[in-house]
Amino acid sequence: MFRLEARASTPAWFNLALPLIAIAATLILCSGLIAIAGAGVVDAYGVMLSASLGDSYAITETLVRAAPMIFTGLAVAIAFRAKFWNIGAEGQLLAGAVASCFVGAIPMPGTLAMLLMAIAGAAAGAVVALVPATLRIKFKVDDVVSSLLLNSVIYYALMALIEGPWKDTFSGYPISPPIEDSANFPVLIEGTRLHLGVVVALIAAPLVWFLIARTTLGFRIRVTGENPEAARYGGINVQRVLTSTALLSGALAGLAGVGEVGGVHFQVMSDISPGYGYSGIVVAMLARLNPLGVVPAAIFLAAVMTGAEAMSRATGVPAFLSDVIQGTALLAMLVALLFTAYRIRRVGAQT
Amino acid sequence: MSAVFEQIFQVGFLAAIIRIATPLAFATLGEMFSERAGVLNLGIEGIMLLCAMAGFTAASLSGSLWLGVLVAMLVGALMGALHALFTVALGLSQHVCGIGVTLFSSGLAYFLYRLIFGQQSVPPSIDGFKPVPIPLLSDIPVFGPAVFNQFTLVYLAIVAVPLAAFVLYRTPWGLSVRMVGENPRAADSAGVSVMATRFQAVILGGALMGLAGAFLTMAQFNAFTFGVVSGRGWVAIALVVFGRWDPWRSAGAALLFAFVDALQLRMQASGLGHIPYEAFLMLPFIFTIVAMAFMSRNAVAPSALLKPFRREER
Repeated sequence: MFRLEARASTPAWFNLALPLIAIAATLILCSGLIAIAGAGVVDAYGVMLSASLGDSYAITETLVRAAPMIFTGLAVAIAFRAKFWNIGAEGQLLAGAVASCFVGAIPMPGTLAMLLMAIAGAAAGAVVALVPATLRIKFKVDDVVSSLLLNSVIYYALMALIEGPWKDTFSGYPISPPIEDSANFPVLIEGTRLHLGVVVALIAAPLVWFLIARTTLGFRIRVTGENPEAARYGGINVQRVLTSTALLSGALAGLAGVGEVGGVHFQVMSDISPGYGYSGIVVAMLARLNPLGVVPAAIFLAAVMTGAEAMSRATGVPAFLSDVIQGTALLAMLVALLFTAYRIRRVGAQT
Repeated sequence: MSAVFEQIFQVGFLAAIIRIATPLAFATLGEMFSERAGVLNLGIEGIMLLCAMAGFTAASLSGSLWLGVLVAMLVGALMGALHALFTVALGLSQHVCGIGVTLFSSGLAYFLYRLIFGQQSVPPSIDGFKPVPIPLLSDIPVFGPAVFNQFTLVYLAIVAVPLAAFVLYRTPWGLSVRMVGENPRAADSAGVSVMATRFQAVILGGALMGLAGAFLTMAQFNAFTFGVVSGRGWVAIALVVFGRWDPWRSAGAALLFAFVDALQLRMQASGLGHIPYEAFLMLPFIFTIVAMAFMSRNAVAPSALLKPFRREER
């Protein structure tokens, strides 16, 4: 017989090993779907790898795709640290995209435009995240449900905008007017799409890590998440911490939208986010809610997404494989996390 | 005022409310059984989507709609078992597992649908369920044609509500479900297997979510699209809270939501043409959030909701 036994401490190498084990398990499990689709498993994964990380251009494309998931991953990580169940990063991203698109369309000097786009996008995301936090504090509304429902509200609001006042009267396409050329984020390497926002995302991760690990607010966020009663007893205003967490989390998710508008699409359309907000949850869990781990986790998911499209073109396996991989990775990581709290011991029937 | 009344009591409007409420009622009852046993199932959105796809596929390949319904329910039960495996047997976070199940199921639904049907400009459709008028009852003015000239699945939903109430409040199994959701330790002492009961409740819940998905693709739309569920699962979770974890109240909540949704559909069609229809699609979701704000303060969730049970830990 085997049984789970509580573990007193976790070895440090687990932090790296667990996500790798989870990812390996995921790829093995999902290879079944590749086989069902009638392609060679090794071929398919090979195409995915070379198309996403095989040469320098592919790497820049993967980084461009990772940037929004770094932001949503950080947004989710900081929220979950405080046990504020913000599942609304998707809506907050869309709100950030819309706000930054409004600002970016106003003619003004480029640097100022980019700065104001970032501020507007972060503010919009923060305001949206404030709704579930306030509803939870004032009305005891479950934050999971309200933030999920809010995603639908924001999505339809965006659709109403681009089908209504923003609709392109000339072509009739449901897309917003483009932002000013001067507001386009500068491309860092000629001939690629690697834009300024990617670097901002990479810098944001250590900043958020510093905030959580080394500042008073970060300490309050962690204590509130781990033991709200102890936090209250220790004189921490739990409601205020939740509010601050929501504002920070929403602002980070909003910045994900800013990067997509300023650096990738230069306008807003209905499919500006292929679920980056939900992917942020997978990223944050793979990173074990550590902001520094968010970067490699986001790059992994970005590589899967970029790679899946190339794999689909080469082998005919539907690119939706990347969605299955995301869900499986999240579940595999949760199971792997069991081993941080428990170890498997043989009990009984000893000879 | 009377014009509004006439509008509301038109046969078509009443029938629309009933049709919109049916999948929500199945989904809400499913989520309610799961939560009454202490397990929040955020996988509902993805489970409904996967079952909508599975039912549609089975029906379109076999030509039998009822086989499609059966497959949808089986897939739902299977996904419920998966969620229970993670949250009940392994005691993992119900929030994150639910999101994981939703991401996994939706991904699988997209993947398999594309694999089976390929990429087509017009999504393939099936000859879905037809309304079956009930003799005599369907002759009642206004009410009759709206309620008693519906799909068989609608009648099933109408029967499911009292049946769920009976099972939950009047059977030994229902008592076990309520016990493991309120006080698993006491249930365990009384000889009720917490794990088995929770598994059964989450699996039953999954099957009901499957029925909800089947209704969408086989009675309401007769085709599968990637947005066929579009938040109905999340709404069902809110309706369980709104209905205070009671079958009758939950069904009432589903009807209320369906009323708002049907009203919003009417407004879309009523010549307010300069307002994009998406603006109206927001209304039921905003209504649900506001309703939650009014109801949640006094709502009492099952005490053991979200709490895993490990026998050896005290």
